[in-house]
Amino acid sequence: MIDLGQYLPILLFLGVALAISCVFVFLPMGVSRLTGTHNPTAEKLSEYECGFPAFEEPRSQFDVRFYLVAILFIIFDLEAAFLFPWAVSLDFTGWSGWTTMMIFIGELAIGLIYAWKVGALEWE
Amino acid sequence: MTEFFQSLGMNYEWAWFVATIAGILLIAFPLMLAVAYVILIDRKVWAAINLRKGPNVVGPFGLLQSFADGLKVFLQETIIPSAANKGIFIIAPIITFTVALAAWAVVPFADGVVLADINVGLLYILAISSLSVYGVVMAGWASNSKYPFFSAMRAAAQMISYEVSIGFILVCVVLWAGSWNLTEIVEAQRGHGFGIVNGFYFNLLLFPMWVVFFISSLAETQRVPFDLTEAESELVAGYQTEYSSMAFALYWLGEYANILLMCALNTLLFFGGWLPPVDWAPLYWVPGIIWFLLKTLFFFFMFSWVMATVPRYRYDQLMRLGWKIFLPMSLIFVFVISGYLMATGHFGNPA
Repeated sequence: MIDLGQYLPILLFLGVALAISCVFVFLPMGVSRLTGTHNPTAEKLSEYECGFPAFEEPRSQFDVRFYLVAILFIIFDLEAAFLFPWAVSLDFTGWSGWTTMMIFIGELAIGLIYAWKVGALEWE
Repeated sequence: MTEFFQSLGMNYEWAWFVATIAGILLIAFPLMLAVAYVILIDRKVWAAINLRKGPNVVGPFGLLQSFADGLKVFLQETIIPSAANKGIFIIAPIITFTVALAAWAVVPFADGVVLADINVGLLYILAISSLSVYGVVMAGWASNSKYPFFSAMRAAAQMISYEVSIGFILVCVVLWAGSWNLTEIVEAQRGHGFGIVNGFYFNLLLFPMWVVFFISSLAETQRVPFDLTEAESELVAGYQTEYSSMAFALYWLGEYANILLMCALNTLLFFGGWLPPVDWAPLYWVPGIIWFLLKTLFFFFMFSWVMATVPRYRYDQLMRLGWKIFLPMSLIFVFVISGYLMATGHFGNPA
């Protein structure tokens, strides 16, 4: 049985880290109001584009390849997630487990070869 | 530490709570101090390689340079662009830094010196370092400006590409060590090279994996030669372009905390963590944490060295390296290493 109590320090650490980060972000905001450096103007608050006013919407179309990378990532990261429990139980599962996993990896290798051949991994 | 606080007259729950919080602060504050000095070391190493002097004005040998920089950004105005999604814009650096700190909860600094000795420590680090991509993507999206947006797209694609091969490399190490617990992985490396060397790097099957892991950790932390997200000539300052004041500095702190984490992971997974480099009794007189810090700093020096000497990759080269070289290579090594372990009947550390 997993002892979830082991994870309590991690939860506390997350809380403390969140508190430290919030202090780092919000405290300078208050300090700059006190010291008078807080002085926003319309020019200062406009988005940066090398000194020009922005030509077009920044949230325009972007390359579909980024989307492909995300899909490939999901496939291979899920594969890795299936390997994680097998990696620590190599002696329990024995040769039958090993063979099964190798067939599984082989199938995904075929998937990688297919993506390669189709050109999903090309960037030009 | 719990016993110490109990001896002050607290009951067990309170003593445990106070001890844990003290432990957390004992990790978080020295980590931030370490980041401040590691930035200085970085600049000094680049300067030395370029035959310059580097920061040497603030304090003796420039030792206080990082604090001067910190004070300067602290007193700056926090600019939130009018076009930005303000909530997400502020949350993004908070997430980045929180995640960068929280990953250290499971790092064993010496034998037993670890905040949470969970049995899937390495998996936790993998999970939490995947989360750091959110801070980057949210920053790029919320800035509502072109350079941050493009930079965030690049950063996301780059980080997830290299995370895939890092996952398979971790499987290789775990196959050999037989555990996801970082302490047990380090113990499995004791006397690994024919009873002489402490570390997996001596292993002919795992050494190529270490090389791949080191390069992937450069890519994962967006260091040179993979710093395309901050390619100044193309993208100004990348996803941090619209940030100012401490929100900007948090990205730097988080980035360097992640770099230190990757150096520590190199140490823990392949170079025997807190164990001395050679399995020889007199070397055990040196406290384990000294060995751990020395090895981590050595890897940090290698990071700086790469930064000062290697030119930047092109984006298509970066993707080619990640998907066409590292991924097939690590897949083949999962096959080879598990096959070798099955054939020889070596099933991890019996301890």
